[in-house]
Amino acid sequence: MAISSEALSYAWSERSTPIKFPDIQLTSGAHLFLRGASGSGKSTLLSLLAGLAVPRSGRLRIMEHDLPEMSGGQRDRFRADHLGVIFQQFNLVPYLSAIDNVLLPCRLSARRRQHALPRPSAEAEALLTALDVPPNLWYQKVTAMSVGQQQRVAAARALIGSPALILADEPTSALDADNRDRFIDLLLSQARVRQTSVVFVSHDQALARHFGHHLTLGVLQ
Amino acid sequence: MKFRLAIYLALASLWHRRGVLGLVTLTLTLSVTLLLGVQYLRTEIRQSFSNTISGTDLIVGARSGQLNLLLYTVFHLGDATNNIRWSTYQSLKQDDRIDWLVPLSLGDSFRGYRVVGTDAGFLRHFRHGNAQALKLESGGWFDDVFDVVLGAEVARVLSHEVGDDIVMSHGTGSVSFMNHKDTPFQVAGILSPTGTPVDRAVYVSLEGLEAIHIGWESGVAMPGRTATPEQARSRDLTPGNITAALVGIERKVLTFQIQRQINESQTEPLSAILPGVALSELWRVLGQFEKALLGITGFVVITSLIGLTAVLLTLQAQRRQEIAILRATGASPGLIASLYLLECVMLAIVACVIAIGLGAAAIALAGPWLLAQQGIQIGLRGLNSSEWMILACVPVAGLLVALIPAWRAWRGSHHQGLSRGLSGNP
Repeated sequence: MAISSEALSYAWSERSTPIKFPDIQLTSGAHLFLRGASGSGKSTLLSLLAGLAVPRSGRLRIMEHDLPEMSGGQRDRFRADHLGVIFQQFNLVPYLSAIDNVLLPCRLSARRRQHALPRPSAEAEALLTALDVPPNLWYQKVTAMSVGQQQRVAAARALIGSPALILADEPTSALDADNRDRFIDLLLSQARVRQTSVVFVSHDQALARHFGHHLTLGVLQ
Repeated sequence: MKFRLAIYLALASLWHRRGVLGLVTLTLTLSVTLLLGVQYLRTEIRQSFSNTISGTDLIVGARSGQLNLLLYTVFHLGDATNNIRWSTYQSLKQDDRIDWLVPLSLGDSFRGYRVVGTDAGFLRHFRHGNAQALKLESGGWFDDVFDVVLGAEVARVLSHEVGDDIVMSHGTGSVSFMNHKDTPFQVAGILSPTGTPVDRAVYVSLEGLEAIHIGWESGVAMPGRTATPEQARSRDLTPGNITAALVGIERKVLTFQIQRQINESQTEPLSAILPGVALSELWRVLGQFEKALLGITGFVVITSLIGLTAVLLTLQAQRRQEIAILRATGASPGLIASLYLLECVMLAIVACVIAIGLGAAAIALAGPWLLAQQGIQIGLRGLNSSEWMILACVPVAGLLVALIPAWRAWRGSHHQGLSRGLSGNP
């Protein structure tokens, strides 16, 4: 199982009302569409899945690892080794070139480095090619790129070294319809090749058709 | 591996923000240059000060404190309390333990510069700096009764050359209405710059001083009794007394014995002082000022470091997104915090390196000018241990002030707004 959660809840502070999340069971390599209106706690759920937040209660296992039981340092290492993350926008470290942004996970994790085949730089170039990023931009400042190109570089960073799970938080919300479908196609086809599970969060029901599994988060009270 | 990544990211980040960081680094560089410069000059000036006179083992004068004697004989500041008799000087000369004696006779001035009556021994035995002898820039040492040798500054400021005629004034004020106008002197030579009070004095023979005072009583020329140069030459010009004498002793072990004997002299009340001891006592008095100056420049550096922290904290607000990306990619809070520490220390090191270069260039360029115009000798040399120490304090202080943004970043990536990283909204 890629993700297995039971009765997860999260609270911002001791006194605030906890948010309850539906249980998730996702097999390895499966693609999950997580739909929720703004304020439904979908970003919070992704933080829990990424090990960037700790649940108030419930059970959460990712790749058979009990995430809430780990220490902060262990979760950081786990994230570096097994997870790829794509944000809504501003995905790239502004002072690194596109290729260096893609290579960042390989610098942080030996496991990702070993799985980036044949070599990290070769896989980075192959991914950027596959994701349609023009080669003349690879070694340039990322600030010169369009939003669509930036998101595809972010996808390449999430995919490099074949992590077990990719968490994407509304990565297409800043893209137009054409770019949006192309982005999802490219991301999912590359994920399929690598046997990488994907959790894709969006409020846009039209994107659901790309995914085999669906889950809707309730509106926050 | 993580450390190399941190260095790699810190360097890339610094380069990315080079515009604004360049300015704060410039501020820091200038303040470090100032600090280093003050410390450097402090050492140099102290060195140059304690080498105002060297090679002289004792200074003998009328009984007074050692600072007073040092001030009026070496620095030409203040006046002698009393003179010593010529006979006393002669009897010191008879002493076998004393290698050489140079008489000094003070009391007159030339356009505000002190006139020193002495003999050829002054040129031969006076040493300054690292045992450097006096050199003549042009002309020769005085030969005739009415010859005068000018210090470098006197010649430069008053634009005198060898062969010029000059008139001495009676007394030591900078403006005097009583001039020895009947007995002009001719410039025989001009000394090379030394960076010592020698540059600001004029040197004549003891006989010359005696000659211009013929017919003077109680500091006033008696009408009709003064002598023309021709009349003066025919007289006996042996001085009745002198102000002080420089003493050279070949066998240094005898120095204290001779000093004690002179101090206990029965013939007249005398003081013999060790110039080195008196100089360091004088420096203790003057040294307070330069310590205060160093303290002030230290505060300037601290101020610019605080400015650097302020800039780093401002930049921190802009770096939220970047930090969120690094965290999501698996960077630990420690790595994020170390970025801030590294960046600040790197900036401080860059500032120090540039400061050394700036300081060296400034000293190399200004050194010759300072010696020629101000009579201050500042040479280029390697940094000494205390200067390295001060320099090393700058990156350490940089590390300390960077602890503030680093701690904020560490705490921030631990607790606050973790989901903010994933939501994409800064």
